[in-house]
Amino acid sequence: MDLTVGPIAFFWSAEQVRAFYRTLADTPVQRVVIGEWVCSKRLPFWQHEIPAAVEVLLAAGKEVALSTLTLITLKRERRQTAELFASGLPVEIADLSALKHLPEGAPFWVGPTVNVYNEGTLEWLAARGARRICLPPELPLESVAQLARAGQQAGVAVEVWGHGRAPLAISGRCYHARLHDRAKDSCQFVCAEDPDGRTVETLEGQPFLTVNGVQTLSYTHMSVAGQVDPLREAGVGALRLSPQPGDFAAVARLYACLLESGLSPRDALADLRRIQPGAIFAQGFLEARPGAAPCP
Amino acid sequence: MMELVCPAGTPAALRAAVDAGAHTVYCGFADETNARNFPGLNFSREELAEGVAYAHARGAKVLVAINTFPRAGDQVLWHRAVRDAADLGADAVILADLGLIAHAAEAHPGLRLHLSVQAAAANPDAINFYAEAFGIRRVVLPRVLSVEEITAINREIDVETEVFVFGGLCVMAEGRCSLSSYATGLSPNMNGVCSPASHVAYADVAGNHEARLGDFLIHRTPKGMPVPYPTLCKGCFTSPDGKGDSQTGHIFEDPVSLDATRLIPALQKAGVSALKIEGRQRSRAYVAQVVRAFRAAVEAADQGAPMPEGLLARLTEGQAATTGAYAKTWR
Repeated sequence: MDLTVGPIAFFWSAEQVRAFYRTLADTPVQRVVIGEWVCSKRLPFWQHEIPAAVEVLLAAGKEVALSTLTLITLKRERRQTAELFASGLPVEIADLSALKHLPEGAPFWVGPTVNVYNEGTLEWLAARGARRICLPPELPLESVAQLARAGQQAGVAVEVWGHGRAPLAISGRCYHARLHDRAKDSCQFVCAEDPDGRTVETLEGQPFLTVNGVQTLSYTHMSVAGQVDPLREAGVGALRLSPQPGDFAAVARLYACLLESGLSPRDALADLRRIQPGAIFAQGFLEARPGAAPCP
Repeated sequence: MMELVCPAGTPAALRAAVDAGAHTVYCGFADETNARNFPGLNFSREELAEGVAYAHARGAKVLVAINTFPRAGDQVLWHRAVRDAADLGADAVILADLGLIAHAAEAHPGLRLHLSVQAAAANPDAINFYAEAFGIRRVVLPRVLSVEEITAINREIDVETEVFVFGGLCVMAEGRCSLSSYATGLSPNMNGVCSPASHVAYADVAGNHEARLGDFLIHRTPKGMPVPYPTLCKGCFTSPDGKGDSQTGHIFEDPVSLDATRLIPALQKAGVSALKIEGRQRSRAYVAQVVRAFRAAVEAADQGAPMPEGLLARLTEGQAATTGAYAKTWR
């Protein structure tokens, strides 16, 4: 089992992006997915950082893929999606509509926001050229195991959401803009003020969700630190780590250590709590419980 | 005339909808294969056969929604649902899962396939992909699009489009939302339920009514005020801005329902083939009333006459309505 780092969910500055990938190049992760995953309006602010980041990561021996948007609606977004396939790098599709632009026979990866819930879907995507599939975070371990088996037969590496705030929903509406009494078209890029998303609490003050523009993430940080053994036994090929502010390199190193069995799940969680003070770690989804159910 | 596609949660609602002027009704089997998997709702195989006979005898069509995502290891349950819908004479099946669509196209080449809103096909590329790969004949458009965008989509595709005009409103792209399973462990995609009643609790606390979903408080209203059903995305929450200030309110959406009645002429002009009414969980009387009103509206639109005013006033009374994403400012 190894590690994949997913696309950055948040609106970070070009400088933040540059520093993030430079640091990431020195971490023990096998592959990295880069691209604007949430809102195409953000892309012009950091797009120019992508070629250099790809270069740094390839030079460090990482596999690199480019991600599409999660929800593609505008003409411009469709054109940008088509252009990704001409880059020469593998494309990770985050929206099934990207398949319309897939060159015949080209291999591709599938991200966690594409609905792969069963063998039928996995096999169809494999026949079309899928090489890696990161499963939707809400799947229970029983389904993950079925899909990992199907993946092994179909020659597809199956990944699960390993660490980070989980993508729970995508909308036509921008909730960041709405929080500032603005519409999406006149958002003035307010999501840039919240590089780790904006917390949504219940009226009792219980943290619940994280608003990130048109995307809604979990408040809790999903962590499969306690489930590495069953996932490995199930045949899962990789854990996906989702970029976040703070010492992300430490998070990546910790998971690498966990995979090498140099660390017990208990110690791993204790370390995570030290690296991300104040964070709540959860993993109910794999246990077929509410996703928000905290890790022990 | 635009086709009116009406909900039938029960055989009685199916008959009521057909009698009230529905061109088409849609329903599902009584299990997790459809996205309204509620207790006491939906059809047995026998009831579907009777429903199809009733509708066909009166010139109406029946669509069967098999629009959850099959569980790994148990796909046969969903495959059987498609087979039975075909065998029982359904005019089309409404599907969301890629693998299930591929199966249906291969195993039942004569069966008409509609793409469920749960498939979230939000642009012409997605729709054309499904049309070319599987021969999809109609797409139910996700509720993230404006009328202008629907017009543009129709220019680039050859399949029919169907849009929601009335009833419950998802503010997230349908079929791509795990908010419900995050709070309760049960989701629309896996279990056919959102914010399920089994996880709802009401309580009176310190002079307030409270409605919870799982461990989370979704609504709190002063005593004497009605407390809405705790649908997660329509809840009242607080968001601290990190600088000492915070916003409290319906951060995702108010507890509103969709009413696009006044947009019917614009939707017709946009090239929409069919109008869909949400509400398989609703009573027979509600269905009959809404269907009658909308039948009058599509007839008026067909003749270029103004939309009949106040037809649905009684049904939406006391409850706010929105035209949702159809108006671009909603975003």
